[in-house]
Amino acid sequence: MTSNLITATPAATGEGPQEMRSRSELTAKEVLREVGSVLRMSEKDAAELTSSPVENDEEQTMIINMGPQHPSTHGVLRLMLELQGEKVLRCKPIIGYLHTGMEKQGEELTYMQGGTNVTRMDYASPLNNELVFSLAVEKLLGIDGDIPERATWMRMLLSELNRMSSHLLFMATNGMDMGAVSMMIYGWREREEVLRFFQKVTGLRMNHNFIRPGGLAADLPAGWRDDVLAILEGLPARLAEYDVLMTNQPIWRERLQGVGVITAEEAVALGTSGPILRSAGIAWDLRRDLPYLKYDEVEFDVIVGSYGDAFDRYAIRLNEIRESMKIVYQILDKMPSGDYRIQDKKVTPPPRARIDESMEALIHHFKIFTEGFKVPEGEVYVGIESPRGEIGCFIVSDGSPKPYRIHMRAPSFVNIQALPHMMRDGLIADAVAVISSVDPVLGEVDR
Amino acid sequence: MSEAVVDTSVPAEQLYGCEVTYSRGEKVIHASRENYIATLKKAIDDSFTMCTDLTAVDFLTYASPNRQLPSSVVGQRFEIVLNLISLERRERLRLRVQIADGEESLPTAFDLYPGTEAMEREVFDMFGIHFEGHPDPSRILMPEDWEGHPLRKDFSVGRIPVQFKGAPS
Amino acid sequence: MAIVRDVLDDGLGGLEHNFLTGRVEDLVKWSRSRSSWAATFGLACCAIEMMGTGAAHYDLARFGMEVFRASPRQADIMIVAGRVSQKMAPVMRQVYDQMMEPKWVISMGVCASTGGMFNNYAIVQGVDQIVPVDVYAPGCPPTPETLIHAIETLHQLIEDGEIMRRRAATGAGANVHITEIAAGATTTPIVLGAR
Repeated sequence: MTSNLITATPAATGEGPQEMRSRSELTAKEVLREVGSVLRMSEKDAAELTSSPVENDEEQTMIINMGPQHPSTHGVLRLMLELQGEKVLRCKPIIGYLHTGMEKQGEELTYMQGGTNVTRMDYASPLNNELVFSLAVEKLLGIDGDIPERATWMRMLLSELNRMSSHLLFMATNGMDMGAVSMMIYGWREREEVLRFFQKVTGLRMNHNFIRPGGLAADLPAGWRDDVLAILEGLPARLAEYDVLMTNQPIWRERLQGVGVITAEEAVALGTSGPILRSAGIAWDLRRDLPYLKYDEVEFDVIVGSYGDAFDRYAIRLNEIRESMKIVYQILDKMPSGDYRIQDKKVTPPPRARIDESMEALIHHFKIFTEGFKVPEGEVYVGIESPRGEIGCFIVSDGSPKPYRIHMRAPSFVNIQALPHMMRDGLIADAVAVISSVDPVLGEVDR
Repeated sequence: MSEAVVDTSVPAEQLYGCEVTYSRGEKVIHASRENYIATLKKAIDDSFTMCTDLTAVDFLTYASPNRQLPSSVVGQRFEIVLNLISLERRERLRLRVQIADGEESLPTAFDLYPGTEAMEREVFDMFGIHFEGHPDPSRILMPEDWEGHPLRKDFSVGRIPVQFKGAPS
Repeated sequence: MAIVRDVLDDGLGGLEHNFLTGRVEDLVKWSRSRSSWAATFGLACCAIEMMGTGAAHYDLARFGMEVFRASPRQADIMIVAGRVSQKMAPVMRQVYDQMMEPKWVISMGVCASTGGMFNNYAIVQGVDQIVPVDVYAPGCPPTPETLIHAIETLHQLIEDGEIMRRRAATGAGANVHITEIAAGATTTPIVLGAR
């Protein structure tokens, strides 16, 4: 699928060759058909507007609030919608209702503890948060080339299973928002299988803090292959059920096709990534285009849509579950034996048994867990493909055991900017469909 | 590999009129407030059409004297950091602009990269840096009447001391 | 004892196993505890586990709670699932005020109970600073089993009347007071609907 990027070749028309203006000359107004999709009004003004007397006018538009406490806003997202009847004219997403100060908190936690902080940002795919954080810290430490093979493959396995569980969560919530309430039950039924595996491996169902700088916290338990195969063998039949229940169903198609359309130029200009960008036709997947871990050694397809509507995003995520399954099968074949974390004494704590025997091990353990390991100064930005798009971790270190500045580039934070442009001229019911298709996780939006 | 090695016999690498440094293998260009917009325009023309991230760093309590800056750039208290992606060439680029304490403003990148709207609002909210020409310069994460900019180093984390039951007070 | 085929045949002899007697208060408490509906107040990660508790594997329907009402007017229990930020606190209080009596609050997770690992400027250090909490469920996030334990604890408290007893003592709640009519006193009949 070729991408629809603007190239600067002159077009030949009746008036002679017309040079396209270079990209930097196009202002936001042109690139986004900026006819005012975004309602730029402060909350105070909007509140005053609702309390002022209404003139009896057919053309009067109404500004209403949707959220923050709302069954369909996927968390505490507040939308100010300017409506004319049922039609949405402009919209303003108001966020910050889940702002946790995680970036400030990250400056108080050591690099070993940092995983617990970042994992709670995108709580639907926590292992991806930990993975990007660990990759950034390892790059700063300079050990990113020395991570053992088994650790890398284990990270890929967990990351892909997490992608599957996150997309199953999307299927469940998307179905429920559209009215197919039984989809909520089915999606969670599948997700429980994956969470059970995570509990076996990491000890927790969510917010695992398992992928740490240097490798992972523990090795895979015995019998993990059978567990993974059990998950993979049960899924295809269930996914086929979803195709029958949703994909081929006329009501589903009418609700999602043509709803929430975003063009390729808009998507790139707004900085969106993940299924939103791919639904607009741009085949950009960080696993294939800027590979990390060992994604260049596994074969998988990048699913790309053509219409940029909500149905494309739904179909992309459904098929991404299948692609993740393909990747997991390959990981099962290729998983090497070896260490699950780097044996660098300064970074990884020693095994607990050795603490009783060796004084040096005890000291290292103590230093790592109380003071933390020091990371050389510098800055680094690592971006990986989370189920929602590109999640990035920008760390500035000044040589101390705590990050000087940690910033997570959250995909949903940027994707939410696309909401007003997708909702324009749609109905309120379509607004629900659009939010659901963007699949925001407010934990990472607000951090 | 944390020092930017300055070899005066070789002219410093330049890209779009700005000096280039490398940080852990990543290319970083350093723009000034004056040539910020021009640099961004050149980057867009050179296929860096997506701005993934716009954030800021407050170097007030930075413990090390070395800030990985080229010799021509003087480090200031704040830095605006942009991460750009070229979809065609599959490359990343980082852009750093120094902002002095007391002159916390920068032209907005919204006209070139509309996706920076929310990011610039977050930088204003967290650091107090104004972006001239931004369509909606208001707080995004904190309540609208909040005072202070939380991610500045002189804003305390706000930790409440934890009291345990039965502990001697 | 013979099997009763027809209540009419057995007359008063079938009274023991065809009728239940009890106090109205017990019946009310039993029905309140068995069909309490939760208001959707899922904020963060705990909301995902709350949804998982309502799903098929850790079914909440067996406790009568599978319905999560969006409107606080129709809800009994507010399960605060997740961290409450400074911006969200007034919203939460407003939702709590809109709930009808009797209402209860379960604080799910450590962030809701005490602020959790986020001891900073942005998070309210415990929702009991804003709303009165009846049951605290620890965990980060609490597994569905922990949440069910918390819900069942609350149900037991409702059924025992412990909670309402405290409210009556402090005068909180809907302020409904019952005065006992002395035996033999003449009373005017109360016409329903009249003030």
